[in-house]
Amino acid sequence: MMWKKLFAWLDERLGLNDLYKATLDRPEPKGNWWNTLGSASLFLFLLQGATGIFLSVYYTPSPDHAYDSIQYIMNGVAFGWLIRGIHHWGASLMVLVVFIHMLRVFVTASYKYPRELTWLIGVGLLLCTLGMGFTGYLLPWDQKAYWATTVATSIAGSVPWVGPFILRVLRGGTDLSALTLSRFFAAHIWMLPAVLTGLIGVHLYLIIKHGESEFPGRDD
Amino acid sequence: MAGSHHISRRDFIKLTTAAVGTFIGAVVAVPAIAYLIDPALKSASTDAWVPLGKLAAFEIGKPAPASFTRSIVNGWEKTVNSYGVFVLRTSETETLVLSNKCTHLGCHVNWFADKQEYICPCHDAQFGINGQVLGGPPPRPLDRYSGDQVKVEDGILFIHFLGA
Repeated sequence: MMWKKLFAWLDERLGLNDLYKATLDRPEPKGNWWNTLGSASLFLFLLQGATGIFLSVYYTPSPDHAYDSIQYIMNGVAFGWLIRGIHHWGASLMVLVVFIHMLRVFVTASYKYPRELTWLIGVGLLLCTLGMGFTGYLLPWDQKAYWATTVATSIAGSVPWVGPFILRVLRGGTDLSALTLSRFFAAHIWMLPAVLTGLIGVHLYLIIKHGESEFPGRDD
Repeated sequence: MAGSHHISRRDFIKLTTAAVGTFIGAVVAVPAIAYLIDPALKSASTDAWVPLGKLAAFEIGKPAPASFTRSIVNGWEKTVNSYGVFVLRTSETETLVLSNKCTHLGCHVNWFADKQEYICPCHDAQFGINGQVLGGPPPRPLDRYSGDQVKVEDGILFIHFLGA
């Protein structure tokens, strides 16, 4: 069999069987749906990544074209409504799933030794996810997006002492402008995804290294 | 049952997995590919019958300028281009329409009635009343609309414009 030979050749060099055992064949505590929320978050992240890459084919991050290019995606491109719809609703769903995932870990006390770092990185992942929601919300450049970002950056600007500086950094100046749109776009498609990918890598490594925690029993 | 349409449990699972997998793959792949190649599937036809005005307004034997605009929509971007022509009624029934775009580098030519020539302001190209090259650098006569490319409907002169 040629496939078996090819697989054996690859396995010898890549260690595919070991990889499989470590990731998918590892020992698990008794099955529980609450334990699937991390995988659900990962799936949603990948889904948002795929649909986001597709949206960037037509979306244009400039005040002159952002709104029109999204109208074109919705009405002019085949299945554009589907791709943007998945990205739009997937964003809300991801925040929800990530948050419930965090609650589960908290309630079952899974953040305790030796998994404190997994929790801390999870906090970073939550913040990045919220950051993705915050930056992505401006990109349609409609009234709702414009004023939501005006209000949210103003809130950031109310920090004592450094507030006005934070506001100018977020907006790229004192006003919401083309600079705001392009820096939110850069944060949304490059910076935050890069940080998210790195943190997810460490998060997954730690989960595989320590295994999943057993749910606490009646006596714990 | 033996010898009839028997299929082993393992083969059934394999077949079902392949069928369901193919279906799911298609559900994902078809929208994805259609989304990406969509602009290539839309061929915007740029040709149209463009009205130039009442035929009666043009004098026989005397070239007169006319202009029209055409818009092109690419995605969400609309571009409006304007075009100029010279209308020459060669007889009561025949009309010749010449593009005013010099065939050398695309400047707009002007009609000089005293010389009976079209002259390009850029490099002094000269064209005759029928668009033929009389002098200067142009490689070919002015683009023309005649015969089938010209029609009159309800007294209005139309040319069959093919696009930029």
